[in-house]
Amino acid sequence: MEIGLDRLEVGAQGRILQVGVPEPWGKRLEDMGFVPGTKVTCLRKSPLGDPVLYSLRGTGFALRKTDSRRILVETE
Amino acid sequence: MMWEIALVGNPNVGKSTLFNGLTGLHRHTGNWAGKTVELAQGRYRYKGKGYTLTDLPGTYTLWGGSPEEQVTLQYIQRESIDCILVVCDATCLERSLILPLQLQEKGLPMVLAVNLMDEAEERGLQIDTGMLEARLQIPVVPISAGKKQGLERLQETLRQVCEGYLPATGQGMQVPSAPETAAELTEACVKPPKEPRPDLTRRLDRLLLHPVGGYCVLLALLLLLFWLTIRGANYPSRGLQWCFDRLRYFPEQAAQWLGLPPWLRGLLLDGVYTTVARVTAVMLPPMTIFFPLFTLLEDFGYLPRVAFLLDSAFRKAGTCGTHALTLCMGLGCNAVGVTGCRILASPKERRIAVLTNAFVPCNGKFAALLFLISFGLSGENSLLGALILTACLLLSLLLTLLAAKFLSKTMGREAQTAFVLELPPYRRPKVGSVLLRSLLDRSLFVLGRAVMVAAPAGALIWCCGHISIAGQSILTWGAQILEAPGSLLGLNGGILLAFLLGSPANELVLPLLLMIQTAAGSITGAEEIAMGQLLARNGWDWKLCLCTLVFFLFHWPCTTTLLTVKKETGSKKWMLLAALLPTAFGIVLCISLQLLFRLLGV
Repeated sequence: MEIGLDRLEVGAQGRILQVGVPEPWGKRLEDMGFVPGTKVTCLRKSPLGDPVLYSLRGTGFALRKTDSRRILVETE
Repeated sequence: MMWEIALVGNPNVGKSTLFNGLTGLHRHTGNWAGKTVELAQGRYRYKGKGYTLTDLPGTYTLWGGSPEEQVTLQYIQRESIDCILVVCDATCLERSLILPLQLQEKGLPMVLAVNLMDEAEERGLQIDTGMLEARLQIPVVPISAGKKQGLERLQETLRQVCEGYLPATGQGMQVPSAPETAAELTEACVKPPKEPRPDLTRRLDRLLLHPVGGYCVLLALLLLLFWLTIRGANYPSRGLQWCFDRLRYFPEQAAQWLGLPPWLRGLLLDGVYTTVARVTAVMLPPMTIFFPLFTLLEDFGYLPRVAFLLDSAFRKAGTCGTHALTLCMGLGCNAVGVTGCRILASPKERRIAVLTNAFVPCNGKFAALLFLISFGLSGENSLLGALILTACLLLSLLLTLLAAKFLSKTMGREAQTAFVLELPPYRRPKVGSVLLRSLLDRSLFVLGRAVMVAAPAGALIWCCGHISIAGQSILTWGAQILEAPGSLLGLNGGILLAFLLGSPANELVLPLLLMIQTAAGSITGAEEIAMGQLLARNGWDWKLCLCTLVFFLFHWPCTTTLLTVKKETGSKKWMLLAALLPTAFGIVLCISLQLLFRLLGV
């Protein structure tokens, strides 16, 4: 199933299909490791629900929903 | 002849630890090409040759276009660089290999240091650095900078590369996609642990990022930080003041021996010496407590968590959670907070953070705030006093958000911003190096600047108190002239004059106030009880105290902070705005208070 990263449930894992964040941020995310094929796990939401913490290649990254919904992931 | 080495790497990979490990304390910070990014340079000797090491800002990439990245890219392409030392994190090799892979495309001589090998081992990760070296075709050295392991071998490798014995350009290595290659290399060179160990970071995060518990811990930590700073600074402050009072004997003797005229003696001793001594005694102890503690939290990895917790509130004001961190630094010293705004990636948010930093009270204001609260409002009741102080802090947070909102509305929209925050694993802080570094980098730096301003200010204040025009000192004249605007704010001319003359450092305002209100000629290091009695005799009531308190919280930042704003933004216009913005808030609040008093008939 293809969904935006923002819709990934806490504890669920997905595989990045496409990063559609406008430049220069898209490039920056890519350099941090957000590239197609990488596995992402949703770790926890912040107290007010946004931003959300993800685990990617063993590192924790917090993203806001406005950005994460532009990242397309595939879940089982 | 010195070999020049540039040190690059992602943030949080222990670059600074390695830098300190190699160079010890032989370093100085300097600006590079007029940019706002400061580069630390250090030297070391190895086998009879000198090496200059430049610590470049931590970056994930070199093509992103942020000021740090531009500086790094420009710097490593300089002719004079003999070797680039790239630092990677062994515990997340896949991500930190991206930068060296991108650098390889440039064909520059490069050595890769895989840091935090000890932590990787603790987690059961096996890393084949020999294989990595073979694949990358550049020298790879495993190190644990915190434990100073592998540094000797690293120095030897650097020597061989600089002297040209060891090929280090990884010739012909064409990388189609750095992230993909990094993933593939990690697959080949890292053997994951057979059974994953329980992750301390996850478990701690469960508490520290908890929807309720997280905020409780944050608040508790902030309060503890203050309490330690204020309580702990009290005694050394008094001790220092005592020492300075005793030491005064020597310059006094010297002045007598030189036969200086009385006016010059007064100017130098009562003006310059007393003011500098006062600023040092009040400023140094809290700084030497606050900044090391703050740096410990930073080293531990807690600060990004604060940004994570507070992002929602700050987003509503048009900035992001990282803004909150610069405010926390501002609690120590606004000048440091303003410099700290560099951690914000978006230029607009960075500017807002710079302009709003003075909305949080710095260490220099705390002593005076506490005095005003206990003297005029809470009396002996220390619980009420603590509550009023907390209310002051909440008010300044609220007004910071308001001002940020106002600025982000008026400064126009920025093309596109995103918020990506790395939450690194928790690490045991390196206590020794933290203490030394924060002492040297922040405390002494700020103190140095403050003393530079306090010395001439002391002379000026003395002159104002001693030069008479038409039978009145300039101070009295000033207070009379400022009486009208002062009373409009619910203050008086003398208080306003103290704020104006105290601009060099907030620590000066309270003693100045006392000096003006009691018509003394110079600043004294009087005890607080004595101060209170003096003020009460001069007709101070709780209303006057409250208005002074509010104006203390919100008026122009000290000269040091303003100069830092000018340096960081590169413009006088922004410096002016940084002064006007909190002052405007203070004036509005004070006038509203006056109206409220009138309305309530008190």
